[in-house]
Amino acid sequence: MAKRIEASNVSSYYGSFKAIDSISMTVEPKTITALIGPSGCGKSTFLRSINRMHEVLPNARIEGRLTIDDQNIYDSDVDVTAVRRMIGMVFQRPNPFPTMSIYENVVAGLKLNGVKKKSLLDDAAEKSLKSANLWDEVKDRLARPGAGLSGGQQQRLCIARTIAVQPQVVLMDEPCSALDPISTLAIEDLMFKLKDQFTIIIVTHNMQQAARVSDKTGFFSIEKTGDPGRLIEYDDTQKIFSNPAEKKTEDYITGRFG
Amino acid sequence: MSLLEKEVPGVVMTPDNIRSKKLPWAVDLGVAVVALIVAAAVVLGLGLGNWVLVVVVGIVFYLAGMFAAATRVEGRRSARNRLWKTLIYAACILAILPLASVVWTLVSKGAARLDGEFFGTSMNNIGARDPNGGAYHAIIGTLEQVGLATLMAVPLGVLGAIYLVEYGRGKFALTVRFFVDVMTGIPSIVAGLFILAFWVLIVSPWFNNGTPRFSGFAASLALTVLMLPTIVRSTEEMLRLVPGPLREGAYALGVPQWKTIVKVVLPTALPGIVTGVMLAVARAAGETAPVLLVAGGAAAINFDPFAGNQSSLALYVYQQAGDASRFAPERAWTAALTLVALVLILTIAAKLLARRNRLT
Amino acid sequence: METGFRALSTAAGAMVLVIIVAIAIFLISKAVPALQANTENFLSYKAWFPNDAEPKFGIAALAFGTVLTSIIALIVAVPIALGIALFLSHYAPKRLANPLGFIIDLLAAVPSVVFGLWGRDVFRVPVQDFSVWLNKYFSWLPIFGGDGPFGRSILLGSLVLAIMVLPIVTSLSREVFQQTPLMNEEAALALGATKWEMIRTAVVPYGKPGVIAAIMLGLGRALGETIALALTLGIVFNISFNLIESGGNSIAANIANTFGEANATGRGALIASGLVLFAITLVVNMAARAIIYRRREFRDSAA
Repeated sequence: MAKRIEASNVSSYYGSFKAIDSISMTVEPKTITALIGPSGCGKSTFLRSINRMHEVLPNARIEGRLTIDDQNIYDSDVDVTAVRRMIGMVFQRPNPFPTMSIYENVVAGLKLNGVKKKSLLDDAAEKSLKSANLWDEVKDRLARPGAGLSGGQQQRLCIARTIAVQPQVVLMDEPCSALDPISTLAIEDLMFKLKDQFTIIIVTHNMQQAARVSDKTGFFSIEKTGDPGRLIEYDDTQKIFSNPAEKKTEDYITGRFG
Repeated sequence: MSLLEKEVPGVVMTPDNIRSKKLPWAVDLGVAVVALIVAAAVVLGLGLGNWVLVVVVGIVFYLAGMFAAATRVEGRRSARNRLWKTLIYAACILAILPLASVVWTLVSKGAARLDGEFFGTSMNNIGARDPNGGAYHAIIGTLEQVGLATLMAVPLGVLGAIYLVEYGRGKFALTVRFFVDVMTGIPSIVAGLFILAFWVLIVSPWFNNGTPRFSGFAASLALTVLMLPTIVRSTEEMLRLVPGPLREGAYALGVPQWKTIVKVVLPTALPGIVTGVMLAVARAAGETAPVLLVAGGAAAINFDPFAGNQSSLALYVYQQAGDASRFAPERAWTAALTLVALVLILTIAAKLLARRNRLT
Repeated sequence: METGFRALSTAAGAMVLVIIVAIAIFLISKAVPALQANTENFLSYKAWFPNDAEPKFGIAALAFGTVLTSIIALIVAVPIALGIALFLSHYAPKRLANPLGFIIDLLAAVPSVVFGLWGRDVFRVPVQDFSVWLNKYFSWLPIFGGDGPFGRSILLGSLVLAIMVLPIVTSLSREVFQQTPLMNEEAALALGATKWEMIRTAVVPYGKPGVIAAIMLGLGRALGETIALALTLGIVFNISFNLIESGGNSIAANIANTFGEANATGRGALIASGLVLFAITLVVNMAARAIIYRRREFRDSAA
């Protein structure tokens, strides 16, 4: 059920500002792909373009083709909500719904999709929380507010909420940047486990993290402030971190730049 | 381990097909037209009502038809999304209607007596059969009452805000702030009764040989009660926006706190404070009930706010509205137009001032 | 100097508390003699003859009318106000939302006497037609029964009141809806929610306490509204749920209408009724503010 993603010449704009220029890359099913690069290089913008969250911001638009198993998600007859159901997203800051309990947070997506039966919801909540490695910590307090958990737990709750609706691709936008090292490790473990079922794309500032978790790595960069971000190099993670083809990539991963 | 796929039968969470049909706008329009025709046929055919009912029933039919069509083509969720969007847009249009009617009536009916006599004469010796008469005395009353109220409310309100921002700490300050907010909700008629009981019935006899006396000043006391909380709140907000370093800079130079507030903090916040005061003045100028209770209303010009009955523009509108003369409605509408113009000019000027300050 | 200034500003702050207490004290002091002279039960008697040699007056009909008109006004105004608030915060493009929000704010500034005059001279006509229509087809419902005349009725007063509380509820709710964290809206959208579902999942639950407070502030305003109701209600002392027949009265409208003829006891009686109004609005406003304060603490501590 995991899907292949193919981007060809994707450019994204905020009004007249071009944030990324002509990105082309292919992501294989059931792999983890890391997107790295300096701040403002457009990696988050590209990630948000994959599930059409980019266009939520005012005046944002996109050019190019982005296909999921050969269906272009930017075709005019595509249902945006179906795309987002298929491609889930975990955000930089944990964002559980503040008014909902842990349980309600996990099943929020299912309820939106019309699942009403209590037994199904209970089942799904338990499975998703187990998949997100959170079940043991919260099973006795499912009715408590989701916002009462620690940052790392909240982020895993958000992951559980995302996978509860059974997406095929999971996008993660710097999911660990607001977390402490132990919580970060827990999330990384979780990614390995989820890789069996989902295609995962993760944006990260942390190069060790990219090297640890990903199969493939894409390096984004900009010439100078105000220029659009470009994909400089995209290859197997091992290759990028041991023997990059581009000088810029090497400068970045060895810490000489950015 | 497999996730939910098989355990949740009957629920296709992620359809392979991400394409969806959209209800064509032509169908949408068609539904609207058919709904209106059917509504007209039903309502007029059965003689149930006039065109207003046709429109109302037509809208209900349209919503039902559109929802059904969208459910068929786009699915239930999308249809519901559409329905609510239409309802929300409809709410806006519905709210604009009375507003447009008020504005139109004000202008069309208010223009009738918009002449020099209206602004130059009072209602003194104007009988039920006299078409003339004016609101000069009422305008004088409004200006004096609101002016006096501003003179009292502004220093008190600004000082109160200074207390809340600069000095107030702990439970007492919290209580004060809470009751400032509560006080903004006190009905104007209660403020009027309070001044009636306190000033007109108890205090004013001391100055008037033992008989209670209405006065414009009593009205300004009541308006002060109404303006005070508004001014405290808006000034408080403005004072809080003054950057801390500005204060600290002055303290570092050894300037005492009170001087820092008067010389540095207040001037910086001044434009914002003026905005708040103007909004409070606009509200006070439109108040009728307190003036009715404590100034009593008058037909003749009375320049002295401290002795004897006075009218005000708002009270003039009310009293002309209740007057049996067939010339009274014209006078009422012209006074209403004048009053709205006064209030809106103040309000718009205040908001523009606020906007300009926000930009710089 | 410093001490003096400090004392002065503290006194100004305390003035607010002094005024609220003074309102209660002076209203009570003038109400008590009239209440003692009253030969009927103030709370249950339904008519108002305080100027007679044997004063008879009671607040039952007035309080009933006040509460009934306010509640109908809210039932009409709140859904529309919330619709506009959502339109302004989440549907309208910014270029439209700002001027429209501005107009709504201006609407709040229009003096109530103008709405009253408009209600009596203009709005009464369609409401009267509507009442006749309701009476023709729905007279089997007691609220739409009666033989007329129709016109200056509870319905007219309530609808004018609804137009007047609309801007308050709208602008406060709009503010609350705009404060919904973007990240929660995005979370809902990323789960595949439609726009309406996003509003249901993220915006409405987050804004609920604020909206309740906004509604209560609107209620406070409706309860205390004087002139607009004095001009649009039928001024009849009875307790009846009939909405369309000429009738209806409220505490505040009664004060404005009968103040002119009141003697000393009559004034005291009106002040007594004002005291009741003061108490009701004080409770409503304090409850609304308490909700807003709790919410603010909650939000500040979460940030």
